[in-house]
Amino acid sequence: METILEIKNISKRYDDITVFEKISLTVKRGEVVVIVGPSGCGKSTLLRCINSLEDIQEGEILLDGVVINPTSKDLSQVREKIGMVFQSYDLFPHLTILQNLMLAPLKVKKADKKETKKEALELLDRVGLLSKKDSYPRQLSGGQKQRVAIVRALMMHPEILLFDEITAALDPEMVKEVLDVVLSLAREGRTMVIVTHEMQFARAAADRMVFIDGATIVEEGDAKEFFDDPKTDRLRKFLRSFSYD
Amino acid sequence: MNPEVIREYLPLYKEAFILTLRTGWIGILLAFAIGILVAFAIHFRVPVLSKIASVYVELFRNTPLLVQLFFIYFALPKIGLSIPAETCGAVGLGLLGGSYMAEGIRSGLDAVPVSQEESALALGLTKRQLFTYVVFPEAMSISIPAIVANVIFLLKETSVFSAISLMDLMFTAKDLIGLYYDTTEALVLLVVFYIIMLLPVSILGSIIEKRVRLRTLGG
Amino acid sequence: MGFEVLAKGNNAMRLLEGLGVAMRISLISVVISIVLGVILGVLVELKRPFIMAFFRVYLEIVRIMPQMVLLFIVYFGTTKALGLNLSAEAASIIVFSFWGAAEMADLVRGALGGIPVIQYESAASLGLTRIQTYRYVIVPQIVRRMIPLSINLITRMIKTTSLVMMIGIVEVLKVGQQIIEANRKSSPNAAFGIFATVFLLYFLACWPISQLAKYLEKKWEN
Repeated sequence: METILEIKNISKRYDDITVFEKISLTVKRGEVVVIVGPSGCGKSTLLRCINSLEDIQEGEILLDGVVINPTSKDLSQVREKIGMVFQSYDLFPHLTILQNLMLAPLKVKKADKKETKKEALELLDRVGLLSKKDSYPRQLSGGQKQRVAIVRALMMHPEILLFDEITAALDPEMVKEVLDVVLSLAREGRTMVIVTHEMQFARAAADRMVFIDGATIVEEGDAKEFFDDPKTDRLRKFLRSFSYD
Repeated sequence: MNPEVIREYLPLYKEAFILTLRTGWIGILLAFAIGILVAFAIHFRVPVLSKIASVYVELFRNTPLLVQLFFIYFALPKIGLSIPAETCGAVGLGLLGGSYMAEGIRSGLDAVPVSQEESALALGLTKRQLFTYVVFPEAMSISIPAIVANVIFLLKETSVFSAISLMDLMFTAKDLIGLYYDTTEALVLLVVFYIIMLLPVSILGSIIEKRVRLRTLGG
Repeated sequence: MGFEVLAKGNNAMRLLEGLGVAMRISLISVVISIVLGVILGVLVELKRPFIMAFFRVYLEIVRIMPQMVLLFIVYFGTTKALGLNLSAEAASIIVFSFWGAAEMADLVRGALGGIPVIQYESAASLGLTRIQTYRYVIVPQIVRRMIPLSINLITRMIKTTSLVMMIGIVEVLKVGQQIIEANRKSSPNAAFGIFATVFLLYFLACWPISQLAKYLEKKWEN
């Protein structure tokens, strides 16, 4: 399988705080990579670096073999290929759900209006929110907003999707409705990098797991092995913190 | 600028300053009292009274103080209600300010979350205790920025008192400009006295506002 | 009760014309305030220390100086200091714009600062350029926050125009006084009828506008 995303030895620092040091990671087409780790280990920052929302101090990030960084001239074109969904379902509050979905395709891709609308409605239907197309974000529950945010990212036909703790701000009963959508995308063969605390979900969705702690990747590997037979003490300890026995 | 002129004018301004300050603060206290009563009437939907209160708020928020003062000072005597100028100034300011204070305090009352009330009720407080010890203090602290802003606004509004021939700061300044043409001195003194009147309140207001914000953040 | 003077001659019409003067002054001032205020607000948001310091002083002056005092300074002071004979109407437009621009700038600054960073980020991650982000995401949100507040500024301007009679502009209150003077003999109670009418006129001018602001604020709150 061809490589889509290649992260080579990147380091991220704020003044004298090191968020992560010399991290490398490759993501192949169709692969679902799930990143876990204790709070504050820099996993969200890593996603933000991939999307050039943060700059890096060392190393490089390549998408389809092209280097991306915050000063790239064609940053906006690069970002079209990367869909990102954040923890705080940040829909545009002044636009209806349908307008939220259509804004970027129409303005960035100059896509055909009719086609875009058709696609938006189909996707909304798929996540069970067709009836909300003319509502405003404030009229939706957190779980509904997050599903719309996922659809909004899909509308740009991204090559890779980044999910940054998308269920962290949700009530427990809404977590599943959002993760079900992500799972169905995984089964479709979408390329995704997911940061999450939901271990059950990680296990179900991941092709490959990555564990970050202390500013580096401590362990990575096949999902089944990762959970059933962790190699490092740190990962064992981390995984134990999620169970009650 | 002529220091001689300043020295000569100073006592006149001092007197006017005291009058302005006194009338202004009496008006503000009045405004506060009216504001609380009106806010209660509206918040608790007291029958009849809440309707009257709402009409009062809309009427006085949507008309200028100068017009209100003219009405009280020049029009009311025609139906047998004569009020001396200084009382008129304080009452006018109180009525105008009452409508603004009411809005501020009411939105404070409305902003106290229901969960607060419920948790207090769960502790066994009576409705009255709940209001006195929980809802009202919380509402007031939410309203503080609005109240401070209103106090500053009302102190500034005192500048129209001269229109009903109260010998306030504006009146004194206008009088002296008209009489002796010492425009610069008269204006400088006017500005200085208004700074003395308002700057402390403004600074105090900023400090209080910061504190309140910190407290709410500290949750 | 003195309402009968309104029916005499063209008294009612004159009062309305007086109100027209007040409305004209406030509308011109509001337009100038919005234009200057938006420019200044954006400049302040750039957070250059010099601009920030200037703005703080400017804002504090407007915050504590009564418009009446500013009117006196501009109207009487400029004549004296610059030997310039400013018309009363020009003086009042200058003062109201000076005041309004400060308030607008503060509102613009607050609205700009109030848009969460994530809104910029999510627009960026959808591939919108900086200009597109402002054009389609940020500015519409700011406009929605600003419009009700700007409308409120209009009503406050209208109310404040009542002050301009104090520097000799013949607006609705002044016309009212003139009518009362002229009919002192024939309608001794004219003061009641006239001032009650002026009160009502101001209310009718301001109330619908503030209701509109309230309605829009409700409609657009997120």
